[in-house]
Amino acid sequence: MDIFFEFFSLQDPNIRYVLAGTILLGFSAGALGCFAILRRRALVGDAVAHAILPGVCLAFIVAGGKDPLMLIAGAFVFGLLSMVTMDFITRNSRIAPDASIGMVLSVFFGFGVVLLTFIQSTGYVDQSGLDDFLFGQAAAMIGYDVNVFGGLSLLILAITIITFKELKLISFDPSFARSIGYPVKRIEFLLAMLMVLTITAGIQAVGVVLMASMLIIPAAAARYWTDSLRVMVVVAAGVGALSGITGSFISYTAPAMPTGPWMVVSAALVFILSFLLAPGRGEIARFVQKRRLRHRIASENILKTIYSMEEEDDRTDRVRPRRELARRRHMSKRELNRAISTLLRKKYIAWFSGNPGGYVLKSEGRKEAKRLVRVHRLWEQYLNQHLQIAEDHVHDDAESMEHLITTDIEHELLESLGSPERDPHHSKIPYEDADEGEKDGDNNAHNNQEGIDQTGEPGKQNPGGRKSQTTKPKGSRP
Amino acid sequence: MISSTGWILITGILAASSCALVGTFLVLRKMSLMGDAISHAVLPGIVIAFLLTAGRNTFPMLIGAGIFGLLTVYLTELLSQKGRIFHDASMGIVFTTLFAIGVIIISLFAGNVDVDQECVLYGEIAYVPWDLWIWQGTNMGPRPVWILGFVLLLNITFITLAYKELKTYSFSPQLAATLGMPVGLIHYGLMGSVSLTTIASFESVGAILVVAMLIVPPATAYLLTDRLHRLLLLAVLFGITSAVGGYYLALWINSSIAGAIAVVTGLQFALVFLFAPRYGLLAKRYIINRSKEAPRPVTTG
Repeated sequence: MDIFFEFFSLQDPNIRYVLAGTILLGFSAGALGCFAILRRRALVGDAVAHAILPGVCLAFIVAGGKDPLMLIAGAFVFGLLSMVTMDFITRNSRIAPDASIGMVLSVFFGFGVVLLTFIQSTGYVDQSGLDDFLFGQAAAMIGYDVNVFGGLSLLILAITIITFKELKLISFDPSFARSIGYPVKRIEFLLAMLMVLTITAGIQAVGVVLMASMLIIPAAAARYWTDSLRVMVVVAAGVGALSGITGSFISYTAPAMPTGPWMVVSAALVFILSFLLAPGRGEIARFVQKRRLRHRIASENILKTIYSMEEEDDRTDRVRPRRELARRRHMSKRELNRAISTLLRKKYIAWFSGNPGGYVLKSEGRKEAKRLVRVHRLWEQYLNQHLQIAEDHVHDDAESMEHLITTDIEHELLESLGSPERDPHHSKIPYEDADEGEKDGDNNAHNNQEGIDQTGEPGKQNPGGRKSQTTKPKGSRP
Repeated sequence: MISSTGWILITGILAASSCALVGTFLVLRKMSLMGDAISHAVLPGIVIAFLLTAGRNTFPMLIGAGIFGLLTVYLTELLSQKGRIFHDASMGIVFTTLFAIGVIIISLFAGNVDVDQECVLYGEIAYVPWDLWIWQGTNMGPRPVWILGFVLLLNITFITLAYKELKTYSFSPQLAATLGMPVGLIHYGLMGSVSLTTIASFESVGAILVVAMLIVPPATAYLLTDRLHRLLLLAVLFGITSAVGGYYLALWINSSIAGAIAVVTGLQFALVFLFAPRYGLLAKRYIINRSKEAPRPVTTG
């Protein structure tokens, strides 16, 4: 715990520098990464990070030493050059983008390695630190580095905020942007420059290989929490900064531990947590949603089955035994039990014990079942009439659509079809209003149920499902 | 006896041929960066194998790396399907994280691990002649040559046996699936051989330069031909010329051989990109100009 306070009290100026550097890096890389992954350019960042190496080496040779500004300038030029090359190859040949990314990445890096070994063989005094550019050495950052670096990050953030609208537009719909007169090429170039700047600045902290992950992982994690780009950018920047803090802290507690890789691993942990836990888009939330939907569909199917049995024998007062339901809908026993208990809880059906015992629809349940059957048949009619699909092909589609059609869609269907009497299979479409005539029957059934409920022995009066008994039991007791 | 120059050249040629063969399918399948991902992500596998066997035995390392190579492929697929992330982003997440874990394990056991990230990234082909395989007291020649030769043989066998399937799969996985080919098996077979090739080669040329050997020669060949067997042959040819050319370039300017090989692949690509008879830049410009200059049909009447 001591070491925790020691670190976060920020007494040591070295800690302040490292922390400032990594936070700024995580912040700007996270924010810009959102645009990169939305534009499917995730690995372009990786290529640029690698392609910077020859620029750094050339700057070193030209300047004859490690002047941070010169190195950054060299890196920037080559980063931009690599982006232009990738774009040029993709646009002017049949090479796919992924291959051109890979080519630029490896050839530029190879050139960099050649230059690096050349520098090493000529024996410059100062060359040892060049490796830091490759593997990152956040812990070695000093005041001057952080100043340069912080300045760059602030610049990047300022430009991103100012041009947010334009960047957003080209991330989602560049052709629309072009058609309403935005200078898409110039905005894309600006975004490329921002990316290169971020990567150039960040490489010193996390190194060539892991730079790409600081662009990709926070943005991908942020995607799970929101559908709004603005929020996503903020969340991604936050995740980036957080992993910067974690990385610096871990490498402070265990000095042998490298900062960069721990930043990546902590970002990856945040990603995994988001992937699992995020509400709505997370894996667990989706699992729950899927289960819920499956249960709803199962119980709606049972409701519909009871209704269609009523339709078949035109009897609303006969109990429908569980075995019969299970036979008609191929469900596992557990699923059937769950569906039935849901329906009972919602008071859509009621249980009558007896021999055999079974279920009848209550009026609310019948209303719901009618709605389902209605939208099912309306949808069949719609497919048949408007999309010219043969009547023997419409059932399966309607079978799944009936669970999804909302009241609004139902009204639209009714309007466009003109409240048809029958579906393509000549089955009657049940409407609420058309039920007036049957109301008596409904009431009877209702009364009946209540009556039976009171006796607690419905089976005696209503040994449902037996054809032999034809008289409708009225509400009165015998 | 073969001189050390000879051994280096043989190693380079073997690595370049293996890479070009499997790389061709990666380029066609638009999965070029899988090689990049695999070559980085195998780091933890190598380190773990190293720690478990306490020594630089090649075989456990190959197995460890192979497991992590396939794990990368599997996790990438899983993440892009389950997590609904674009394929490239999920690849980026998986391989950088695995690489970071590898680096962390190295730092944890800094004292006992003789693998460092530099050696993984660059590799050094120049040391090949001294990395000898002594079998029952006899000097069998450099170890990497044996491994690369074995992998090359494996790749050739795989491609000849599954040529038709690979061909259909690389141009249209849907068609392959419709024809009842075992698409999953082909995919993982191809990825398995990419992993194996990458791992076998990067010991001598390094993780990133494997990518150059995997992608650039096939992409160069792709600008010259439309037929798969010619594409494979040309890719291997370009691989070999870059290996030989790179070696002499490195000798001339006194630099890393692997880096120089990558530079030569790049130069070859640039030349072909400009001058290819049909898909080259100049040819395209020329065709466009010619069609502009073509006399318009004279309308009579």
